[in-house]
Amino acid sequence: MTIASKLKEALLCMKAGRVTLPYPFKPHDPEEGFRGLPKVDVNKCIGCGGCANVCPARLIRVIDKDQFTRVLVFLYERCTFCGRCAEVCPEGAIEMTREFELSTDDVHDDMIGEYHIFMGPCERCGRCYRPPTALDKLMKPGMRDDPIDRKCPTLWPGGDASDAQAGEDEE
Amino acid sequence: MIRDWLIEKVLPRSLWVYHTNCGACNGCDIEVLDVLTPYYDAERFGIRVVGSPRHADALLVSGPMTRQTAPAVRRVYEAVPDPKIVFAIGSCATGGGIWHDTYNVLGGADQVLPVDFYVPGCPPRPEAILHGVATALGLTPKEVHALHAIQEVGEVEIEELAEEQRLVHEQE
Repeated sequence: MTIASKLKEALLCMKAGRVTLPYPFKPHDPEEGFRGLPKVDVNKCIGCGGCANVCPARLIRVIDKDQFTRVLVFLYERCTFCGRCAEVCPEGAIEMTREFELSTDDVHDDMIGEYHIFMGPCERCGRCYRPPTALDKLMKPGMRDDPIDRKCPTLWPGGDASDAQAGEDEE
Repeated sequence: MIRDWLIEKVLPRSLWVYHTNCGACNGCDIEVLDVLTPYYDAERFGIRVVGSPRHADALLVSGPMTRQTAPAVRRVYEAVPDPKIVFAIGSCATGGGIWHDTYNVLGGADQVLPVDFYVPGCPPRPEAILHGVATALGLTPKEVHALHAIQEVGEVEIEELAEEQRLVHEQE
């Protein structure tokens, strides 16, 4: 190769300019649809365990701590960011965020997610409550002609629960 | 003293790296090669890939630690002269990945070598590998931390229940 051809090559390369990403000095976010760390929104989770069932690395552990609490432990060190947990979740509680800067020196303590979920009990005893979660939708499907409430306007045209006396007279 | 000077002043500016694959699918290996291309450019930080572990300062390990390659990787680790940094690249090297309980895999790279830094990902983006190397050298702060979240719960409405029960008794 002659010197002239090498100089020509150098000039062609200089025409390309600077192609390097200024990455560690400026942030570079990945595009839409990038699968980063999966995070659980605890207020939407109903504790079904579908994510644990489907995870290929089996890193999700479902532990029943007591009668009302279920704890989901995610051991993120084995996660392959496949997105199956987010795909299967019936409430859409798992979101594949776009975080990829996950390097650490203490992976066994840092890459753990612990989520405590409050499970609604099945008996209608004195421990009933109204949690602001999706379980509320499943619990009591609304009977409008419940004689205690008397909210159905077709059956009780005159009044509601506050007119208990008037309702009794009509009967 | 010379060792401290090497670690503080020289290694952040010139890190010679030896890359070894202990049973990976080569996805992480390709991403390591990507870091050396001009688009992500690790060479501007003085990082250079060498052909022999005896010339290296840092060891990049990818892949889960398989039973067959474990003695060879241990010999490679002992061939790298002190002071050295060991990086585990990818989910397989970090904790075994999806192969953590198969018949020929012992686990992550830390089953056989003392790992200094882990870079999770499957495969980790070249930016993530750069971030890992920069964090190990003290140029960037660590960004991941353990997540704990507890669901918010509404209060138990005991008073309403008592009123309903009272109404039922009155009717009866």
